[in-house]
Amino acid sequence: MYRYDAYDQQLVDQRVSQFRDQTQRFLAGQLPDEEFRALRLRNGLYIQRFAPMLRISIPYGLLSARQVRMLAHIARTYDKDYGHFTTRQNIQFNWPKLEQVPDILADLASVQMHAIQTSGNCIRNVTSDHLAGAARDELVDPRPYCEITRQWATFHPEFNWLPRKFKIAFSATTSDRAATRVHDIGVHLVRNASGELGYSIFVGGGLGRMPMLGHQIREFLPELDLLSYLEAILRIYNRLGRRDNIHRARIKVLVKALGPQKFAELVEAEWAQIKDGNLKLQTGDLDRMRACFDQHGYRADAAADPHFARAVAGDGAFAAFVKRNVKDHRVDGYKAVFVSLKAPGVAPGDITSEQMELVADLAERYSFGEVRVTHDQNLVLAEVAQADVHAVWEALRSKGLATPNIGLLTDLICCPGLDFCSLANAGSIGVAEDIGERFEQLDYLYDIGEIKLKMSGCMNGCGHHSVGHIGILGVDKKGEEWYQVTLGGSAENDASLGDRTGPSFARNEIAGAVETIVKVYLEQRESDDECLLDCYRRVGMEPFKARLYPQEAIA
Amino acid sequence: MSVLIRDQNVVADTVITLADEDALPSDGAVLVSWDRWQTEREHLLATKLSVGVQIPNTLDLADSAPTLLDRPLIALSFPAFGDGRAYSQARLLRDRYRYRGEIRACGQAVVRDQLQGMWRSGINSFALRPDQDPAACLQAFADFSAAYQPATDELVPVFVRRRGHAAPAG
Repeated sequence: MYRYDAYDQQLVDQRVSQFRDQTQRFLAGQLPDEEFRALRLRNGLYIQRFAPMLRISIPYGLLSARQVRMLAHIARTYDKDYGHFTTRQNIQFNWPKLEQVPDILADLASVQMHAIQTSGNCIRNVTSDHLAGAARDELVDPRPYCEITRQWATFHPEFNWLPRKFKIAFSATTSDRAATRVHDIGVHLVRNASGELGYSIFVGGGLGRMPMLGHQIREFLPELDLLSYLEAILRIYNRLGRRDNIHRARIKVLVKALGPQKFAELVEAEWAQIKDGNLKLQTGDLDRMRACFDQHGYRADAAADPHFARAVAGDGAFAAFVKRNVKDHRVDGYKAVFVSLKAPGVAPGDITSEQMELVADLAERYSFGEVRVTHDQNLVLAEVAQADVHAVWEALRSKGLATPNIGLLTDLICCPGLDFCSLANAGSIGVAEDIGERFEQLDYLYDIGEIKLKMSGCMNGCGHHSVGHIGILGVDKKGEEWYQVTLGGSAENDASLGDRTGPSFARNEIAGAVETIVKVYLEQRESDDECLLDCYRRVGMEPFKARLYPQEAIA
Repeated sequence: MSVLIRDQNVVADTVITLADEDALPSDGAVLVSWDRWQTEREHLLATKLSVGVQIPNTLDLADSAPTLLDRPLIALSFPAFGDGRAYSQARLLRDRYRYRGEIRACGQAVVRDQLQGMWRSGINSFALRPDQDPAACLQAFADFSAAYQPATDELVPVFVRRRGHAAPAG
């Protein structure tokens, strides 16, 4: 965990006081609706279809056990006993009362948490790889860089009133698990030819109604220049980004309009003026930041444990869990254990207070007191000694958190949809349930292998449908819910946007359409190792189209 | 007439804001639009007036700064609560062009909840929206007693304060 110092604590405490005062002025009629709206959004508070929704920040998806317990307490005290993890590693509560939100924020501040800049047209939560610090394929732990960026972005006076929301993601591996190419800024930690550490900078990616992949505007930025370069990008955007049309206001539209080359020139010219100024980092700043993160004492003999292999060999259900939900850790003898929040019949990402408390207990006992949130709306106990994995599995299973489906079709991601969100055109949770039912047979799933299914209830694309291997987008047609389907999207290093299959499907057809796609894939694939994405890239849309729209083939 | 806060004090506003068609007074301080400044600059400079200029928030200072930097007052536009373009203009005027005169925030967003951000960006005077309580606005400058990032104010950013001494425990 990153541990707050007195400055960090003072700033979140002062934020709570500020928002308490703003809420009181609003309730007393002294603050106009529209202004309170902008201010509450900067504290994560939306007014939704049924009630306010509060989005709490989880920087780069990292939580301590104590924080998870506080989230459980908040769910129980102020909400309906559950919370919803989002695709940007945050958590949302759907039923808090407006008057109580300052108290909730005060509770959060007591465990070094907040809801700062989780919505509104400002720099949002900085996200990263959920396996950061534990991944084998990692160049360096990206989280200290994320935290440096989070602090720079927090209450940045110049960039609090941007044309539109602004999302920054970091990745330090060759398999981008942070979907950086679909962020306003994607930062890749890299080494240059001389072995120096630095960053590749991508700008202008995004989902929503104009999905685009970010463009690389700088191949190598030296390590100490991170903040000045980000400041240059934001300044160009704040000055030149469109403000006349909310649907044209993201930085991707500016980058597209100017062309990536011209945009890069503007950034470079701005950066040249500020690069040697007071934003330049010193090596000591980075060392100090790294030292603020807990260092874990791994057991040297962890890999010598014989029980794990024995349990896998002797217990089929455990073996299934290990196959799907357990990944290797960079330290031999340790494992990353995925906690599935995609049990059948549960809305993706939802978790009860009781489940949260179990996860907190397990983190404390077995994973150095830390929990991570993934972009796929699951949790990870990322540093479990292999000897303990069986015990963790049994405990998770007792509370419905051990569905062995990580990366499979039923591990789909999904926005809250029409059931909760005032923006949505269509329900997504019900469709997720239908699909789950059709693919209930886990053996069948294993045959299918890894498929990323992503679903959004509207064009805003909170469910990241554009980068799903299978993407589903809810649309409204004359008051009815319809669903557009795309194939071939990916948010990883080989990022691509999905292609539309054709006309949309009605509510009662959509689960069948997904099944058809999977059947065509199973027929077309060259081997069990060829996943749906690779298969689609090889064979193209035609075989899928022919089966999805047979009437057109005849005509 | 709105209340003016300058350098964190409530003060009398002695500057007369002129519409483009208004006749010039014989002396005193006036604020004219960027358009009028461009078309009547020679004439305005020939008077005894102290002339400030109100600039639109779309103005590119890279082109325009040379004709502004000798002015005693530059007024920035905050036409809507969510329109933050003039924040960048303020930072550029102070940090890049070393402007030392008065930078005044004008418009609908000059309210309690934005004052500290404006101050940090280099704005030192505020023509408050008429519904604002000046006493409450003065308190806004102390909403946050530390800052994470360098800006154009006196707050030393936290990452600099952490240099040279061990951070106090949380």
